[in-house]
Amino acid sequence: MALYPLPIARYTVAAFAVLFFLVIPLMLHEYFLSVANLVWIAVIGALGLNILVGYTGQVSIGHGAFMSVGAYTAANLATRLDSPWPVNLVAGGLMAALIGAIVGIPSLRIKGLYLAIATLAGQLIIEWTINHVTFISGGVQASIEVARPRLGPYVLSSQRDMYYFLLFFVVLAIVGTMNLMRSRIGRAFIAIRDQDIAAEIIGINIFRYKLLAFAVSSFYAGATGVLYTYFLGIANYEQFQIGVSIDYLAMIIIGGLGSVLGSIFGAVFVTLLPIVIRYAMEAVSGVFFSQATVLNLIPALRLTLFGALIIVFLILEPEGLNRLWRNIRSYFRVWPFAY
Amino acid sequence: MRKSLTALIAIVVAIAGIVGSVPSASAQSKGEIVIGLQCDRTGATQIVGTVLCPAFHDYIALINSKGGVEGYKVKALEIDHEYKVPPGVEAYERHKKEGAVTMAIYGTPHIYALAAKLTEDRIPGTSPGFGSAAAADGTRYPYIFPIAATYWSQGAAAVDFVKKQLGGNLKGKKIAFIFYDNPAGREPIEVIEALAAKEGFQLKTFAVPPPGVEMGAQVLDIAQRFRADYVIGHLFGGAPGVSIKEFKRVGYPLSKFVSFVWGAAEANIEAGGGFAAAEGYHAMQFAGVGGDYPVLNEIREMYKKEGKQPPKEMASTVFYNRGVLIAALHVEAIRNAVKDKKGGKITGEDAKKGFEKISNFTLGGLVPPLKVTPQDHEGGGLVQIWQVKGGKFVKETDWFAAYQDVVAKHIKEAAAKK
Repeated sequence: MALYPLPIARYTVAAFAVLFFLVIPLMLHEYFLSVANLVWIAVIGALGLNILVGYTGQVSIGHGAFMSVGAYTAANLATRLDSPWPVNLVAGGLMAALIGAIVGIPSLRIKGLYLAIATLAGQLIIEWTINHVTFISGGVQASIEVARPRLGPYVLSSQRDMYYFLLFFVVLAIVGTMNLMRSRIGRAFIAIRDQDIAAEIIGINIFRYKLLAFAVSSFYAGATGVLYTYFLGIANYEQFQIGVSIDYLAMIIIGGLGSVLGSIFGAVFVTLLPIVIRYAMEAVSGVFFSQATVLNLIPALRLTLFGALIIVFLILEPEGLNRLWRNIRSYFRVWPFAY
Repeated sequence: MRKSLTALIAIVVAIAGIVGSVPSASAQSKGEIVIGLQCDRTGATQIVGTVLCPAFHDYIALINSKGGVEGYKVKALEIDHEYKVPPGVEAYERHKKEGAVTMAIYGTPHIYALAAKLTEDRIPGTSPGFGSAAAADGTRYPYIFPIAATYWSQGAAAVDFVKKQLGGNLKGKKIAFIFYDNPAGREPIEVIEALAAKEGFQLKTFAVPPPGVEMGAQVLDIAQRFRADYVIGHLFGGAPGVSIKEFKRVGYPLSKFVSFVWGAAEANIEAGGGFAAAEGYHAMQFAGVGGDYPVLNEIREMYKKEGKQPPKEMASTVFYNRGVLIAALHVEAIRNAVKDKKGGKITGEDAKKGFEKISNFTLGGLVPPLKVTPQDHEGGGLVQIWQVKGGKFVKETDWFAAYQDVVAKHIKEAAAKK
């Protein structure tokens, strides 16, 4: 069965491919590409978390820590063994998958909020370990510099290079997730989410699939961490603290649990909204207030507006931006008749 | 459904309209030099940012009111990053787009995250009072400028100060080091350990786990079990205030406590119960303290001319003066660069050379007599110690740096390691 049975869907995907691979990177200033790069990193991470939380129904507050596992694995390999980035990327993902599966063991006994707290413990333990074990962290500063990734003789360093580098993995992650969810494994995940006892009765090995969900999700997280490390040129433990885990949870809840498009929407929304709000306020606020007030006002108002908009969108559509988008689509599909 | 959808579409269109209409400021338009300023007015360290950033702008405004730098106007473009890394990266790229020639980075994780970019883009970035101490080595990190005493220099200065306080000999003395348990907190330990071996004192370290509000056990241990002769504190955020309260509670004299630069502001003392409670507390500073400097009078004058009261941030002199110091050093670097370029437009590379020419620029005592060179981006690692006495900070020592050979050895080792 094809991913896109309708021709219009195929054309749309082709149009998006042209837009993202040619129009955006070749037309826009590097600054906008740097913003896009931050979005791409968030998209991969959000997809991974959505596999666990949205599709399998296991709440996790340890996503940031799994990212750091990937980041430090890759950074250590890169500096100690001088291994190339594709190896580091896979190794970082696998190491994160392993640690993720271990942190996920309590999920066999506990659910919901209790599991959330157990994964929170995982986050804190991993943070502490990286912070204190100098073998992993590479010294008291807990930061390891890595060289820029290279393709043959070409070093990827500008934001435009990074854009293509990251976009490639975004596409891979999206296609991978979509296919995973159509497979036996994906169906098992969804069955566990909807009713785990029923799932067990129809022959799904809960032990295996729950841990697999943690492992797959953490693999995405680890890969995100590696990509982030290559994007910045350094692995630093302060970039993966608990706030990051919360940010990713916010992304998938706003975007829509259990949907690929929702993860993308959420990542775009959470990353771009503060920037868009700042641009908008820089444009208008100067009319009303003095310069010094504006400088104090913009950050404060931006935070408030960000929070308020999240609440507005969640009240408007509790199932997230993905559902909102589907409603809009359905509305225009039968337009001008009422939906 | 239909109504809310219509409303939603209207909102989206409105936002798009506003964003589209933003006038895109042309990069480094004629006669204007841009400084990229990262701030944290809303995040974990807002206690610093809400004072430091207005001070930065005040100094820039003062310079512009006096005709700018060699005829050029200076513009500090501020972006708040909530002490989060991705917004910091975005802020950096935005500043680059607007043509910034120097970057005032704020935050340890941020200077790490941007280290590679700064070097690739050849734009100098400053990390005063935080960041990696190894960055003092200008040959290893050509585009990072700590421009103030790093944690290694602070540790060396603290030990030197303690030595003088304890009568010039540390042999057999017990010194406790209480620190915030994160990379920045642990950074000075290696230097202090080296000095313990050199001077023959007994060192014991006490970690305070983040967020740094629980330290009762550690303080009790220092005061009653270890019975330290002197305590060196290296805490951030709310932790210095808590430490003052805890040492008070166990009856340890604060006159035997010297704090690193992030536990040294009025706000920290007030959080610890006020100046009366903290009597005797020693605080290390990388900028002058108090409101009695010519440059501050000029800023007050400037406000007066506009018919306004001086800003309330000026009352918090420690952070305010640091903001002025950072701004002044950026302006000074730009001034040096413009002079060298003789009228041409300066680039980040020129500004880097400008930083490396800063020497004996003291702003009437607010700034230490730094000497920044292509090798030494720290500028000498000078600090002053101020003591809480009679309701205010009183200067105890003049600018000094200590054990520079030991610090230099560590910088060299760090550079060789990578």
